[in-house]
Amino acid sequence: MTRRWFWPSFALPGAGWLILLFLIPTYAVVAVAFGTFDPIFSTPVPIWNPLHWQFASMRSVLSGLEPGHAFWIVFVRTVGYVAISLAGCLLIGYPVAYYLARHARRTKGLLLVLLIVPFWVSYLMRMLAWVGLLLPDGLVNRTLMDVGVISAPRAWLAGQASSVVLALVYGYVPYLILPLYATLDRIDRSVLEAGRDLGGSPIRTFLHVTLPLSRHGILAASVLIALPMFGDYYTNDIISNSPRTSMIGNQINLFFQGGSEQAVGASLVIVLSLFLAVLMSYYLWITVRASAETKESLL
Amino acid sequence: MRRVRNWFANPWGQPRALGAITWLYMVWSIAPVLIAILFSFNNGRSRSVWQGFSLRWWWRDPNNSVLHDPTLRGALEQSLRLAGLDMLIAVPLGVGLAIGLTRWRGYGAKPVNYLMLFPLVTPEIVMAVSLFLVFDHLYNVPFGTEAQVLGQVTFSISYVVIIVRGRLLSVGPEYEEAARDLGASPLGAFRLALLPLLYPAVFASLIVVFALSIDDFVVTQYMSAGQQTQTVPILIYQTVRGTATPALNALASLMVIVTLLSVGLAYLVYRWASRAQPVTSSGALNEIAALEA
Repeated sequence: MTRRWFWPSFALPGAGWLILLFLIPTYAVVAVAFGTFDPIFSTPVPIWNPLHWQFASMRSVLSGLEPGHAFWIVFVRTVGYVAISLAGCLLIGYPVAYYLARHARRTKGLLLVLLIVPFWVSYLMRMLAWVGLLLPDGLVNRTLMDVGVISAPRAWLAGQASSVVLALVYGYVPYLILPLYATLDRIDRSVLEAGRDLGGSPIRTFLHVTLPLSRHGILAASVLIALPMFGDYYTNDIISNSPRTSMIGNQINLFFQGGSEQAVGASLVIVLSLFLAVLMSYYLWITVRASAETKESLL
Repeated sequence: MRRVRNWFANPWGQPRALGAITWLYMVWSIAPVLIAILFSFNNGRSRSVWQGFSLRWWWRDPNNSVLHDPTLRGALEQSLRLAGLDMLIAVPLGVGLAIGLTRWRGYGAKPVNYLMLFPLVTPEIVMAVSLFLVFDHLYNVPFGTEAQVLGQVTFSISYVVIIVRGRLLSVGPEYEEAARDLGASPLGAFRLALLPLLYPAVFASLIVVFALSIDDFVVTQYMSAGQQTQTVPILIYQTVRGTATPALNALASLMVIVTLLSVGLAYLVYRWASRAQPVTSSGALNEIAALEA
């Protein structure tokens, strides 16, 4: 007979680690956001007891989030950049994933390897590569001038929204293609044949069979890349480094790396997390459901 | 329009437009990195105008090359040090957690399972800020290498759990039960029957954690303490817009080469280690890569 504590004891160190270094730290953000400020040392003082919370920092963040105010502008800009980048990623990623899953034959192995290479090249290295290309005397400007699109070099790295979106798409699209490919690859070909046999035109078969069957995959993959994009500040810092394009991540980073207003930064983190909670719970729901299905199919 | 219809008309034929998009994407995704690597061999200070081939930024220059500049070397060493420590701590914790969560049928299993999934979906800046604040205000952990390792392990554990649990579910409890029937103690059954079956997954976890650690920027930056604990991504972030020379490209290229070599090697070992089990090559590739996201 296996003792009752035998299997839990395997999980104990890992679970303890996550409680100490994930769960409690999350509460620390709340405690600092609703904490006070030491005027002598000019440091924030966290308040751990919810009964004594102070709401001054949160109130200032919420007033900044009113339409037209500073945080509101940054927030709307962030949502806009993420939405455009996500659309760009889907526009590029879906055809690529579709081709890999449905059509690639002899070249499939090579294409899969090429698809995975960006995963193993550091994200910052990939951004460094674009900085080289986008410099005033870089390849992008020289090519555009040779073709005659522009007559003088453009400052792509000085607060251009288009450069930021390009970099976001470049940075995150590999993370979208792979799960999309996995979804499309799983679709049973006989279902497509049935669609065709029942008289559906190819386009109708695509719209009524392939697209609905890949809907969950599209949503899950979109959430998977949207979440880190919302917290991204380094892409923006590297490609633009201008307040004209700053996103919510830059704003949060500013409060922690530069300024001393940790409580305001922490309040902003809470607001962002609540906003993203919808996306996160959707993704968790899908993951848990998928792993339950795997368990069932194996039993 | 007719050609479009033809592509759809035979979904198993070779649609040239889709193929062209796919290949264009592949070129677009890899060419910038190759160009950046090329410029590490530039015979000049520019990272965007080609001035001839040289190895000065790799090792020829006595002061500013990757080999001789202490800042660049220090960043490389710190990156590798953190990756080693992260692998050493996160993989055992994750393997234990995966085994515990799969076999344990109690009240605690479900909440811990959810807790394990959260680091996968939390934006990194949220995690970095939480660790920053808790170390600063509650645990009094000084920022530096220790804090960086604590942070990296925290986000690495979940990936290990996912990889190992996938393997556990496909193995099933039969082998341990057989070992128990043959008289092994619970611990003996675990050590002799279950653990050897998990080796391929453990190995894959090591590689994924290595890549996660090498690639990490946000948490590592928040946990860092000045130049001493700079990693390669932090160095790139801080100098890429400034006066960086092609030596920075050389350093980044070196990281790419180290990572790709170790992944390639690991993949071969992985296939060798799991040769007895039917694992398709693309399946294993997907398994490793999908978890990287």
